Parts: sequence; C-alpha cells; structure tokens
Amino acid sequence: MNKNIKTSTKDVEKNIKKSNKILNENKKNDTILFDGLRGKLLEEISSLHAIPQTPISIRENGSSKIYNSNEEIRIVSKKDKNGLDIFIAPNTKNKSVHLPVIITQSNIHDIVYNDFYIAENCDILIVAGCGIHTNIGESSHNGVHNFFIGQNSKVKYIEKHLGLGKEKSKKVLNPTTNVEIKSNSLLEMETVQLGGVSFSKRITNVKIGENSKFIVKEKILTTNNQKAVSCFDIDCEGCNSKTEIVSRSVAKNNSYQEFNSNVKGKNVCFGRVECDGIVMDNAKICSTPKIDVEDARAELSHEAQIGKIANEQLTKLQTLGLNLEEAENLIISGFLC
Amino acid sequence: MLELKNISYKVKSNNEERYILKNLNLKFDKNKIVVITGQNGSGKTTLLKLIMGIVSPTSGNILLNDKDITNLSIFERANLGIAYSFQQPIKFKGLTVKKLMQIALGKNNAKISTICEYLSKVGLCARDYIDREIDSSLSGGELKRIEIATTLSRNAKINIFDEPEAGIDIWSFDNLINIFQTLKQERKGITIIVSHQEKIMQLADEIILINSANVQKFSVKDDVLKHLKKTYCEKLVEGVYE
Repeated sequence: MNKNIKTSTKDVEKNIKKSNKILNENKKNDTILFDGLRGKLLEEISSLHAIPQTPISIRENGSSKIYNSNEEIRIVSKKDKNGLDIFIAPNTKNKSVHLPVIITQSNIHDIVYNDFYIAENCDILIVAGCGIHTNIGESSHNGVHNFFIGQNSKVKYIEKHLGLGKEKSKKVLNPTTNVEIKSNSLLEMETVQLGGVSFSKRITNVKIGENSKFIVKEKILTTNNQKAVSCFDIDCEGCNSKTEIVSRSVAKNNSYQEFNSNVKGKNVCFGRVECDGIVMDNAKICSTPKIDVEDARAELSHEAQIGKIANEQLTKLQTLGLNLEEAENLIISGFLC
Repeated sequence: MLELKNISYKVKSNNEERYILKNLNLKFDKNKIVVITGQNGSGKTTLLKLIMGIVSPTSGNILLNDKDITNLSIFERANLGIAYSFQQPIKFKGLTVKKLMQIALGKNNAKISTICEYLSKVGLCARDYIDREIDSSLSGGELKRIEIATTLSRNAKINIFDEPEAGIDIWSFDNLINIFQTLKQERKGITIIVSHQEKIMQLADEIILINSANVQKFSVKDDVLKHLKKTYCEKLVEGVYE
C-alpha cells in the first residue's frame, strides 16, 4: 500500500516537472496562428477562425497571450498566480470577450484562476472553454472562474469543452465557476462538453441577489469509459431571485455521468431544475436534484427524466425516411443542440 | 395499388393468443380516399401500422404495385412513398419544427418558404412555430397539426392518417377538411384515413367498416351509418332479450 503511494507521489512530481519544462518552452514562442490542430480546437470551442477585433486571451499549453484589451474590457495578467483579471467597465454594452484555452501537448497540467469584475449596467458576452488534444499520457486543465456581477447587468457566459486525440490518452477538464450576482442582474450560462473528455468535474456555485436571475443550460456527451460529474450549488438569497437549471446529457458505451444540484431558497424566490438524460449501451447516469426550502415563500421544483431513446421517437423519424442509425443520431444531436 | 393478402395479426395476452386481424384481404386503388372506421379495438390502427411496417403481420403479404413489401423496414417503406401521421404525435426535446420539417421534406436545406407553406396548410402561423421545439410547450392540437404537416410535406404516394381529427379544436376542423378536400381534388395517390367523423367520411370514395376478420365496404356514407345504427340496435335488442 505504502509503496503504491510513494510511486504515485513520484509520478505526480515527475508530471509537474515535465509540465513546467514544457510551459517554459512555450513562453518563448510569441505567435498565434489559427492553423492545424490549434485552429481546429479554437474553432470548436470558441467558433473563431482568427484573432477577433474584440478583447481575447488565448492560453495555449499553459502560456497566455492577450490581444485587444481596452478601456471597456481590460484583461490583466495576475501577478501572484496563473490567470487573469478581467475588468468590464460600467455601461459596457453589446461587447464580447473570448478566453479560449487549448492544450495540444501531452503531460500538461494547467491550473488557471480568472476573475471577472463586471460593473453595473453592462450587457456582455463571455466565451471561454478548453480543448485538449493528446495521443499519449495525460493532460489536464483546471479553470477556476470567479464572477462578480454588478447591478443591472446582463451577462451571457458560454464555455465549451472538448477532448481530441487517441482514446487511450487521458484528457481531464475540471471547470469551477463561482458567481455572485448583485441586484437586478442576469447571468445566462451555457456549459457544453462535446465529447472526448476522459474525466470532468464541473463545480458551479452561485449566489443570486435581489431581482436577479441565474439560468444555466448544461449539455454533456460521454462515450467509452469517460466520466463526467456536475455539481450545482445555487443560493437564491435575494428577494425575487430566480434560477433555472436545465441539464441534458447523453451517456454512451460504458461511460458514467453524475448530476448533483442543490438549490436553496432563502427568500421570496423561484427555482426550477430540469434534468434529462439519454442512456445508451451499458452507460449509467445518476441524477440527484436537491431542493432546499429555507423560506416558506420560496417556490422550488425539480424534475428528472433519464432513460433510453423512446421507441416512438425512432419510429416517427423512420416514417420520415431515416434509418435507425440516422434517427438515433438526430435525436441525440437535437437533444444536445 | 396497395394490396393486403390474407393478413393476420395476433397477440399474446394472459398466455392466450388473440387475433387482432384475421385473414384480412383488402385492396386500395390509386387516386382514392379510403376511410376506415369501426369500434374501439377493432384493429384499425393495427391495420395502418401493418401498412407502414411499424408492426409485422403474423401471416399474409402486403403488396405495393405488385411488389411484396411485407419484409421491408419502416424507413424503406417511407422511401417507397408511404407517409404516416400518428394518432398521438411524438414529442422531441431539442428538435425544432423547422428541423423535423426539413427531415420530412428530405432536404436539410429546405427553404423556409416551403416549410411555411405546409405549416400554413394546417393553420399554423409558420413564423411563430418554426423555431419552437417539439416538446410539451406545444399544445396537443398544435402537435397534431405539426404531425399532419410533416406527413403532407412527404408528398407521398400513400398518405396514412390515424384519427387526424383527434385533438384538433372545432375551429380548426374545417381547415382539416380542406386539407383532405385538396388531396381529393388533386387525386394524389392513395389516402387512407382512420376516422369516426361524418364530415371526413363524406369525403371518402370508399368506407371500410372493420371488425377483426370482418371487413365490409361501403361507397356512401349514409349506408355505413345506417349499417352501424342497425347493428347497434340489434345488439341492444339482443341485450334486452337475453
């Protein structure tokens, strides 16, 4: 037993050393071209084909480059640790900022802390996400995003995660999102795992202020022996705070998914959790939507529906001329769309 | 022409075998509207499902223009030109009306105007529906109309409708009648409708009264209604004297 622990600690040290060596080498390189593998990953996770006119930070194999930071959206590198501070000035409207992370090498273990300070009266789109491509070994990205959303602001946050490369290599993605929403504001979050990720654990903690709303749509696809875990901890603190959690997952082959949500009603508030899953082959999905009413005026509800694709759906699509495989694919892509 | 030859379909319930349809022989001629009616449990929907390939007959053959299609799958029959409208429309989380119509039209890039044309036929304002998901947010009547629109858009040789009036409100019923009237005027292939509605029966070239193996054909609506009334009265009298 002890021998195993020693070996495992050695392995971790070795991995970190290897990782640091690659990170330092990467810092020397100063150009970003949207070509090859890099281009593919960036397109998948951020729908970009070139550096946009808007502010963007691209983190590749542990090294970040910032472009177009301006007075409205200021991106500053953190001095004490890996990561960025993103300051959105008051009254910034109809603007966007991109923060894609890509890993194209093996044995990279990256941890990033990004803090978003969104002032009052803003209306912005934030696109983040991570794509990993490896064929051997293991690479991981742990992104910790903290959002501080001021009054009367509207934020849309999209994060997409993707793993590419040979199945035997391990691609690990662990996004953590911590949010504080002040009064009269809205955060609409879309979190998508498109496949190929060996292991992921998403943690989302949100505190919702007065007359504010948090909406999240989660879509996850797992195949082979992949595992994905989601944990939502939502506090409806303010009067008339609202939340809506919609999770749609598809688990194929021998994969496993776990959905946990805990919505706490601490005031006059409204909360709804909807968790739908399609299970195929020998896959498993475990859903635990918890609601915690701490104030009698809170209106919280949850529903979960998990099972195989309904036969009637397959039959209907076949009557429209699709074969069984096409029908299955359409149902899954629609479900995760 | 569509032909059902000695079709039987039996099911097992409580360890007993029961025939839903027995030795059924039917011919559906080109350019005709045929309405199938009969009591609950008489095998009407089963008959439609057999034609579409949703269920397989225990014995017998189904011929389409003299080609035996008994062993063809649902999608093969769909691609041969059979379209089917379900009694209970199917919901899809995540699939939009537009996407389903594109599938039905067989074109991923089907023009919005084409989709709208079919939605308008069933009395839906296309603009309001095209991006909506086919889920519980739509009412039963809306789902039913979308179901009929997908069938119409197949432009099929054989159109099958299982109780198209079910779930359609009285205000939209005339619209539905217009659809079948147009199909009749255009004389497009074969239209087979399971219905109990007099107005739909009135449009039929032929009415089939079905009860397991017993099939009776009528050409005029009044005849079938008279027959039904007579049978009903006889049953009542039998009941009184027993």
